[in-house]
Amino acid sequence: MSGAPARPAVQGLSGLRGRRPGGMRPSCIRIAGGQGFWGDDPEAPVRQVTGGPVDYLMLDYLAEVTMSIMQKQRSRDPAAGYARDFVPLMERIAPACLERGVKVVSNAGGVNVPECARAVAEAARRAGADGLRIGVVTGDDLMARLDALLAAGHALRNMDTGAPLAGVRDRVRSANVYMGARPIVEALRGGAQVVVTGRSTDTALTYAPMLHEFGWAWDAHDLLAAGVVAGHVNECGAQVTGGNCLAGWWLVPDLAAVGFPIVEARRAGDFVVCKHEGSGGAVTPRIVKEQLLYEMGDPTAYVTPDVTADFTTVQLARDGPDRVRVHGARGRPPTPFLKVSVACSDGFKAAGTLVYAWPDAAAKARAAARVLRQRLDRLGLAFDAVRVELVGWDSTHGHLAGEPPADLPEVQLRVAVRSGDRAVVERFSREIAPLVLAGPPSVTGFAGGRPRVQEVTAYWPALIDREAVESDFSVAFLEA
Amino acid sequence: MAKVPLLELAHARSGDKGDTVNVGLIAYDEDDYPLLLQQVTIDKVKHHFGHLVKGGVERFELPNLHALNFLLHGALDGGGTVSLMTDAQGKVFSTAMLRMKIDVPREVAERVRGRGRAPGEGHRDEGEGRNEDGARAAGSPGGRPREAGQDDPAQ
Repeated sequence: MSGAPARPAVQGLSGLRGRRPGGMRPSCIRIAGGQGFWGDDPEAPVRQVTGGPVDYLMLDYLAEVTMSIMQKQRSRDPAAGYARDFVPLMERIAPACLERGVKVVSNAGGVNVPECARAVAEAARRAGADGLRIGVVTGDDLMARLDALLAAGHALRNMDTGAPLAGVRDRVRSANVYMGARPIVEALRGGAQVVVTGRSTDTALTYAPMLHEFGWAWDAHDLLAAGVVAGHVNECGAQVTGGNCLAGWWLVPDLAAVGFPIVEARRAGDFVVCKHEGSGGAVTPRIVKEQLLYEMGDPTAYVTPDVTADFTTVQLARDGPDRVRVHGARGRPPTPFLKVSVACSDGFKAAGTLVYAWPDAAAKARAAARVLRQRLDRLGLAFDAVRVELVGWDSTHGHLAGEPPADLPEVQLRVAVRSGDRAVVERFSREIAPLVLAGPPSVTGFAGGRPRVQEVTAYWPALIDREAVESDFSVAFLEA
Repeated sequence: MAKVPLLELAHARSGDKGDTVNVGLIAYDEDDYPLLLQQVTIDKVKHHFGHLVKGGVERFELPNLHALNFLLHGALDGGGTVSLMTDAQGKVFSTAMLRMKIDVPREVAERVRGRGRAPGEGHRDEGEGRNEDGARAAGSPGGRPREAGQDDPAQ
């Protein structure tokens, strides 16, 4: 089947809702990716639900630093701390999801999953989607018991530096353990039509529906690995349907109406990457390869809570226009650890910019940077780091770009600083504008005002024994 | 032998993991994958990036995808929101990698010439020992060679 939403809604039977009569399992389901990050195209999920047949809509809102931003929002407002965009989106699509039998799986809950679920329930009621059953997945937030975990000997050492978390404990702003597919599958088994989680892995949002629908065993490592590969393909929105694609980028058609990805998953573990008919963009082996390699570490050991997948075993084949078949994924049992994402407050930073025009644009910008450095030195400001870039020449490829052409028409000077002392960064932010009248000539582009001082959040990846945290993962249900 | 930029042999995508950049380097043609394997070594990549990469370089092979995956450690000034770089998430280390030149047989250089650039863009020739204009065959709007399907993302 092609995923046509032909399943009847079973009403009023808690625990059975959403299941097919007689427990029949499908041979194929279509899982649509609707958001690649918090801030992605707000229309994309709507198009995914209404543009053709899909069974699931996967919405990934969380990047590494997102949790700390949400933690900050919640500290100001106890009802905040989740991806707020998710609520008006659900108000728009809940009726269509109910009508078409599309289930939604999202990590929009951030650091406040219950409040997010409550807001979604209210939104569904407003939209007339009464009775919408929401699965609420919690247990990833370790902040409340961080000290207990440390006291019990879980050092939460930084995976990159080996340093124990105790040394920066007072600067920890958020700590979340990555949950795999199990609680999502439990929520779907319980009849959830919308599953809201906090820090689930991005890939689990895609492969949990496969486990649920196909009844895969938890030790079917190759199948789980296929699900992980599908999740990796699906988690970055249009980046696998022609967006941000380097190979022949000028030939990708109609990015303005780009279709977001759909994973057409089969029970046997192979899947096809595609998009809605008539949508823009493209799905080709080259495009899929670029996404497969995106943010890849050791491709033989893509570690997730449920399986360790080997991406070197994956094979691609064309399967018609804008369709790529992916098969051959192999997996191994998961490790005894789960990854913990800790965010630590780490000082302040700011970046100021000015634009210098021809002639000698680069020489003027460099001279301005020298003047600025001398003034900052005379003020006795101590920075942890200062970075000077000439945007339009060396800000992306550094020395690999070579010397700037003599007739460079213009260049943007960008000076960024970082310090543990907010006052020092504030003082820096006042030193950019004076360069306009008291620095090299032919300068403009200062209308944006003083540089904004930003709080720096450092990312601290760590591992923890899964036994120490897994028992806290839980699923509750809420009805609109 | 001739020197060609990787841009003409491979496409790439890069991303971040903390202070580490990963660059996935993918041969356009599977026939050229062995050239990448042989020429784009850890040492050459380390040398190519120079002080842009403070830590070590790792390389992984994905023969099924005709691709290599490189990890460039210590490349992002601390990474994440700590970094002061414009490219704090390493998004364009991909094309920085493609600036690297490798030695290939002359017939390969002929076959791949002009690939990786949009028609009409990048007229300034960066190839070593290459004729400024003569190397640019007619047949496309920018005067660059366009074998059927060569740059077609449908390939």
